[in-house]
Amino acid sequence: MSRYSSLIDAIGHTPMVEIARFAPNPAVRMFAKLEGMNPTGSVKDRVALYLLNALERDGRLAALSVILEPSSGNTGISLAMICRLRGYLLTVVMPDNVTRERRQILEMYGASIVDSPGSLGSNGAVALARKMAADDPRFVLPDQYANPANPLAHYETTAVEVLADCPELDVFVGGLGTSGTLMGVGRRLREEKPGVRIVAAEPMPGERVQGLRSLDEGFVPEIFDEMVLDDRQLVTTEESIDAMRRLAETESIFAGVSSGGVLAVAARVAEGMDTGTVVALLADGGWKYLSEDLWRHDPTGDEMEGLNLW
Amino acid sequence: MTRVRIPPVLRVHVGDQKEVDASGDTVGAVLKDLAGRHPGLGEQLFNSDGALHRFVNVYLNGRDVRYLGLLETPVGERDAVIILPAMAGGR
Repeated sequence: MSRYSSLIDAIGHTPMVEIARFAPNPAVRMFAKLEGMNPTGSVKDRVALYLLNALERDGRLAALSVILEPSSGNTGISLAMICRLRGYLLTVVMPDNVTRERRQILEMYGASIVDSPGSLGSNGAVALARKMAADDPRFVLPDQYANPANPLAHYETTAVEVLADCPELDVFVGGLGTSGTLMGVGRRLREEKPGVRIVAAEPMPGERVQGLRSLDEGFVPEIFDEMVLDDRQLVTTEESIDAMRRLAETESIFAGVSSGGVLAVAARVAEGMDTGTVVALLADGGWKYLSEDLWRHDPTGDEMEGLNLW
Repeated sequence: MTRVRIPPVLRVHVGDQKEVDASGDTVGAVLKDLAGRHPGLGEQLFNSDGALHRFVNVYLNGRDVRYLGLLETPVGERDAVIILPAMAGGR
């Protein structure tokens, strides 16, 4: 069915597409789940809906409440779309070095933006949002890093779709950010498909976005449970951009940088298998990265150390 | 010798070098060799019980050693070790 009473109801049910021209090992089939086909163009529509439903269910929203969330873009944009439809005020805390499309989209949806220092990466945005919420009771923090509604969205929707469309899968590869996708999909697949491997692709952080003063400022999302994963592999910005371009060249799929990273890791995994099926979750499309000109221009090593593209 | 990449937050302990060499046939031995030669680094890498600090991630050829053999993971001469702080990611 594809007739809906509102855009919120159009979240999810994204296509899964075989990427045989991209796949490096002819004995291993590869599929991409295109989360960029969600209403605001990313997997975070699923998460934002579950986060807001949880706040409503728990009675945490009052007349003067302002929803406050740290996000380098996608979660903020998804929340903004739903907040506008449901009449909530939204403020997004965002590193000041993210691409300008994200700021434009948030403004279009009527969200307010608070800048956090780009040199502190997402860590800085999380810390600032948590401090603002602690200081002002009007702010209500859905907190995608700590809220079990984040992985639950994937447990109840994303994973169910993956199993329905590709029951034969042997390996699931997703990007590690808040860890919500990997935790939710991973748990469900483990329950319903014993022997499946859950692999995390993790971006190698740039030198200039690691502004920690000490290790004590490190951060592991509260929702992260390392036991859900079977493997966790680093991927560089260069490898991510390379895979993202190859996907566009071979499959005509226009995906974002983190999707490139996930595919680079998925391809490594496929190369090491004798036979089987790998599913890669591509979190967003390439639209919000166009201003970086990554499809024509190779970022220099120095540029890559300061980028916030994942 | 194994090449070990040091993240900016820990470079103060190794004379501001981005990469250092260390010897050992496991990840744990390599890190302990490094800690022995750079006072201060050991306390950052390990807890009092000798396990990896919660906010330290160690990778062998790009793979998190927590999913290999942890500190017992064998290391060869040509392998690369990367140390990173645990940081928030995500959109």
